[in-house]
Amino acid sequence: MTVYIKELKQSLKAWCIWTGAIVFMLLVCILIFPEMKNQMENVTDVFADMGGFTAAFGMDKLNFGEIMGFYGTECGNVLGIGGGFFAALTAAAVLSCEEKNRTAEFLFTHPISRSSVLIQKLLSVYTRIIAMNIVIMAVSAVGFAAIGEKIELREFLLLHLAYAVLQLEIGSVCFGVSAFIRRGSIGIGIGIAFALYFMNIVCNISEQAEALKYITPFAYAEASDIISKSEIDIRLILIGCAYSAAGVVIGFAKYTKKDLSV
Amino acid sequence: MAVIKTISLTKSYGKARGITDLDLTVNEGDYFGFIGPNGAGKSTTIRTLLGLISPTSGRAEIFGRDVTKDKQRILADVGYMPSEAVFYNSMSVKDVIAFSARLRRKDCSQEAKKLCERLSLDISKRIEELSLGNRKKVAIVCAMQHKPKLCILDEPTSGLDPLMQKEFFEILRERHNDGAAVFLSSHVLSEIQHNCINAAIIKEGRIIARDSVENLSKTSAKRVTMHGISVIPEKLAVRSAEISENSVSFLYSGNIKELLACAAELPLSDMTITEPGLDEIFMHYYEKDGESR
Repeated sequence: MTVYIKELKQSLKAWCIWTGAIVFMLLVCILIFPEMKNQMENVTDVFADMGGFTAAFGMDKLNFGEIMGFYGTECGNVLGIGGGFFAALTAAAVLSCEEKNRTAEFLFTHPISRSSVLIQKLLSVYTRIIAMNIVIMAVSAVGFAAIGEKIELREFLLLHLAYAVLQLEIGSVCFGVSAFIRRGSIGIGIGIAFALYFMNIVCNISEQAEALKYITPFAYAEASDIISKSEIDIRLILIGCAYSAAGVVIGFAKYTKKDLSV
Repeated sequence: MAVIKTISLTKSYGKARGITDLDLTVNEGDYFGFIGPNGAGKSTTIRTLLGLISPTSGRAEIFGRDVTKDKQRILADVGYMPSEAVFYNSMSVKDVIAFSARLRRKDCSQEAKKLCERLSLDISKRIEELSLGNRKKVAIVCAMQHKPKLCILDEPTSGLDPLMQKEFFEILRERHNDGAAVFLSSHVLSEIQHNCINAAIIKEGRIIARDSVENLSKTSAKRVTMHGISVIPEKLAVRSAEISENSVSFLYSGNIKELLACAAELPLSDMTITEPGLDEIFMHYYEKDGESR
């Protein structure tokens, strides 16, 4: 567990900043809800007339006058973009940083197998993502209590579960990518997260692009679907898990055989 | 028993040269020098031995075990000091040394403390605050604290001040006396000449000479310096001649009587005949090979 602990220690600062920023934005959204509540009923009507634009962000199915509808949309944007990008950046750098910072020569001349290092690094990425989501849920729950709104527990849990799975999937895929690259992990991480997010928007607008939902994890983490149906699409989640497994397996296959540059 | 053994070891990076058909044996208890200029393939050889890169063909063994299959077992008994001492910048010296020991699942705190004191290394500093010389000291501690059976050192003295170089070779000598084998890669020939028992010279990825340091230094050629003349006697076949205002110096490998007979006729004020240094031998190997092309 030596590498695992080292990874967590080294990334603590970045984790705190990301988690702090996401929590802060979610909390602001929750706390302004009571003021917006009354105006929102009109806004929902306005949005309903905006066609494609509302559909793109799933706002056609949610009622902004209710806390869960409002939270779902906010959650979608903040957790999806914030959490997704965090997962992508963290995972894309987790392997490549050893070669980029030229510490690979130090680490891999110790009696530790590459697979062991990979397992520990992957677990550290998962740990960071899961810890972030636990903190976010806890703070959100406190926020709900503070404004005196009741949490719809099932929807709330499903929503956060879907986003956690989304982040784990993006993390797993980027972990696989990380095995191939030596530098440029930031660009690649942002690129992957943004491409997947954008795919979901296109998928929501255009019927022809519906197949994209089998690619992007944002499709199963669509707040409007989860909250209106009170369930998540298990099929899409399983496909997401398959992508995750592929990312991890490819990452292992590549990195355990790789010539490390120093 | 051979501590290091490579059999036709080859590593090529696309078109770029790596190492070619390297056959090298380092025996138990040896203090082995690996000589070559930058880019000759020294580091490539070492990185292949340590399993950082895999050979294109041929194979290598350390302690009789295959370096690609038994890497973990091998590395447990190897101490490696890379030429560029790079560590995790945000960690403190103390943490890096402890991290290295934990990866080896060994408590090396006593030995680490001793080494840090001898090298006067400040363990409270963060890696990013350290100069190259101080990072080198961290590398020495990480390579030595677990008392390895084989020390592999890649250009260890660059960046170290002369006092620390002395201390470092002192530590190596003690380890060698305790039975550890040392593999010292360097382009500083005096280091090899003063410390090593055997040595190999590598050029463009191939071993071009391998012998004891004594034999490598001892060729039939002598470095002859004559004072009082400024022209090299025509009768003598000489190499690497250097001519200054009042003296000439050259490598001579012919008959010594002819040299003396020739010298008797010259208006000399002084004359010395010495063994050439390892650096001259080294240059000799490099030039000789160059001429044959």
